[in-house]
Amino acid sequence: MDKSLEFKEKLSSGFDSLEASLNGGSKLPLHEIRKNSLKFFLEANYPTLKDEEWKYTNLTGLLDLNFEFPDNKSSLLIESELEEFLSEREKYYNLVFINGVFSPESSDLIKFNGIIVSDLKFAVRNYYNLIEPHLGKIINPEFTIFTALNSAYINEGVFIHAHKNKVLDRPVRIVYFNNSDRNYIYQPRNLFLLEENSQVKVIEVYASSNESTYFTNSVTEGLVEDRAILEHVKLQQESKSAFHITATDISVKKEAQYHAYNVAFGSILTRNDINARFAGEHSEITLNGLFLGSGKQLIDNHTLIDHAVPHCRSHQLYKGVLNGLSRGVFNGKVMVRKDAQKTNAFQENKTILMSDDARIDTKPQLEIFADDVKCTHGATIGRLNEDSIFYLRSRGFGLELARTTLINAFATDAVHTITIDDIRNQIEEMIAANLSS
Amino acid sequence: MIEIKNLRAAIDGKEILKGINLTVNNGEVHAIMGPNGSGKSTLAQVIAGREEYEVLEGEVIFNGKNILELSPEDRAREGIFLAFQYPVEIPGVSNVNLLRNALNEIKKYRGEDALDAMDFLKMMKERMKLVNMTQDLLSRSVNEGFSGGEKKRNEIFQMAVLNPKLGILDETDSGLDIDALRIVASGVNALRSKENSFILVTHYQRLLDYIVPDFVHVLYQGRIIKSGDKSLALFLEEKGYDWINEHAEEFVAN
Repeated sequence: MDKSLEFKEKLSSGFDSLEASLNGGSKLPLHEIRKNSLKFFLEANYPTLKDEEWKYTNLTGLLDLNFEFPDNKSSLLIESELEEFLSEREKYYNLVFINGVFSPESSDLIKFNGIIVSDLKFAVRNYYNLIEPHLGKIINPEFTIFTALNSAYINEGVFIHAHKNKVLDRPVRIVYFNNSDRNYIYQPRNLFLLEENSQVKVIEVYASSNESTYFTNSVTEGLVEDRAILEHVKLQQESKSAFHITATDISVKKEAQYHAYNVAFGSILTRNDINARFAGEHSEITLNGLFLGSGKQLIDNHTLIDHAVPHCRSHQLYKGVLNGLSRGVFNGKVMVRKDAQKTNAFQENKTILMSDDARIDTKPQLEIFADDVKCTHGATIGRLNEDSIFYLRSRGFGLELARTTLINAFATDAVHTITIDDIRNQIEEMIAANLSS
Repeated sequence: MIEIKNLRAAIDGKEILKGINLTVNNGEVHAIMGPNGSGKSTLAQVIAGREEYEVLEGEVIFNGKNILELSPEDRAREGIFLAFQYPVEIPGVSNVNLLRNALNEIKKYRGEDALDAMDFLKMMKERMKLVNMTQDLLSRSVNEGFSGGEKKRNEIFQMAVLNPKLGILDETDSGLDIDALRIVASGVNALRSKENSFILVTHYQRLLDYIVPDFVHVLYQGRIIKSGDKSLALFLEEKGYDWINEHAEEFVAN
């Protein structure tokens, strides 16, 4: 049998048991999205290198996996393993998922003062009226075959809702944690809704206590209404054998801001699709990224910023550091539509290749249909500067320290505007740890 | 302090240093002069440990150790400092960050405790005065967007903070206007002591008006062909390097 058919069969086999577990939930309109998405998933072509959007990302490895669907029994909490990813607990609102299942005992569910932070299952039961207009409607469930797959299994994930004028006093930290050695498929689904003039900071952490093979296929949707501000950091530290595919779709209304930082260290194969759309004037979007690859890792970043309206500003800086046989892909598209006059768009991808066998395929793209705009884009690929290394060594820096210092300096550019200091420091430590390993 | 014996070095298969012999004692300042391409900068870089150069023969004994066997960082930790002819710009690494790390690496090597933050800042402030460094230059990225003069001043400032036993100044004077030259020279003079030594690599005599050397050596085609006192520098200035090209044998003989 064709491998991709087998793949589809395996991955649709969990649907019935999900449906059975929903009880009354299967009567909600949301379930129609699941069913339609499953249908699309089964009918769509599995991506190959012949597809322009997947040209550099070979997905055949995923076809060989013997997937299992996690259930409530798969959540086995081992506090000590989690500690590393839950440092300074009290500075955040934490939501923890262990092997794909929400863990209420390690999480802080909050609903106060006009802000809801909860797991998605709970939210569907309790706040369905808030969810229904947006879930599966900001992103097109048929965006990719993987978005469809995720949409067919909408169940676990995080819901954040900020009422008008509310500012969440601590960042929300979401930890998707794996400590199993089974070939689980995890499909988190996040929905962030920020009403007018509200502010929220979110950190998504994907982590594993071991180097096992599993598949994270997550989707995040967000709506940032007028004058609201969403800061969104993603720290991907999956197992070095895991597959990690995510799609994010954010809609940004008038005078609002969305700042995303996409940091990738883990997994054997990463594919990030981030689409952000200006749906109101005088708004701002940051899509920054940092990816560190080694061994045979592949990190593929696809971004799209849609300047659909005038007077908006977008800033995109993706930095890569690739070692060993690792590969990176940057495909960033900035679309400036006909009416989007006075657009200011900046896009840059810079990569350092640390070895002869590392490789980056970079494709910054501007599509401009308006005539009064300021847009720049570019890409550079280089190596660590030997003169700089020698300079630092001549001042007493050891070779390793010289290299990490230079790479940190190169990389932090992409993350230095993160407003959560602890996270910024954590990323710097992760860079150092990654380089010395 | 340092004893260079029959040092021969090449880059890309081309021999640049063809047997250098030089001894610098504690507290001495030596100037090395010579025309372009004579090997002055190569000598500075080889002592500092630049790996692009291949040492073919010879020894460099620094306080009893053959430093040719040490990594560049260990040479720095032993107390050698090179002020670069062309200091590199390092975006994203602040001067403060560079110096704190450098100092701690050196102290760690010597088995000393790291400097605490207050003492470090106090010391920085004090040394800044030596070369008129301003606070904003300090917090900026290393040499990024610095003028030529600021870069050279920054090298001397770094030297002042790291307090090496041997400071090698590679054409620190080139490209400096007279005011900047005075600042740099007074910084170096303030650091002179009985314990530490300097090697000034320079093309021009002018620097030596401000930093008076104990010895002057003329490097020509990879060899020191003549040594003397400060008057040798004045003689060179008067005759010019072209004259040496034509009268090398006569010059060595006298």
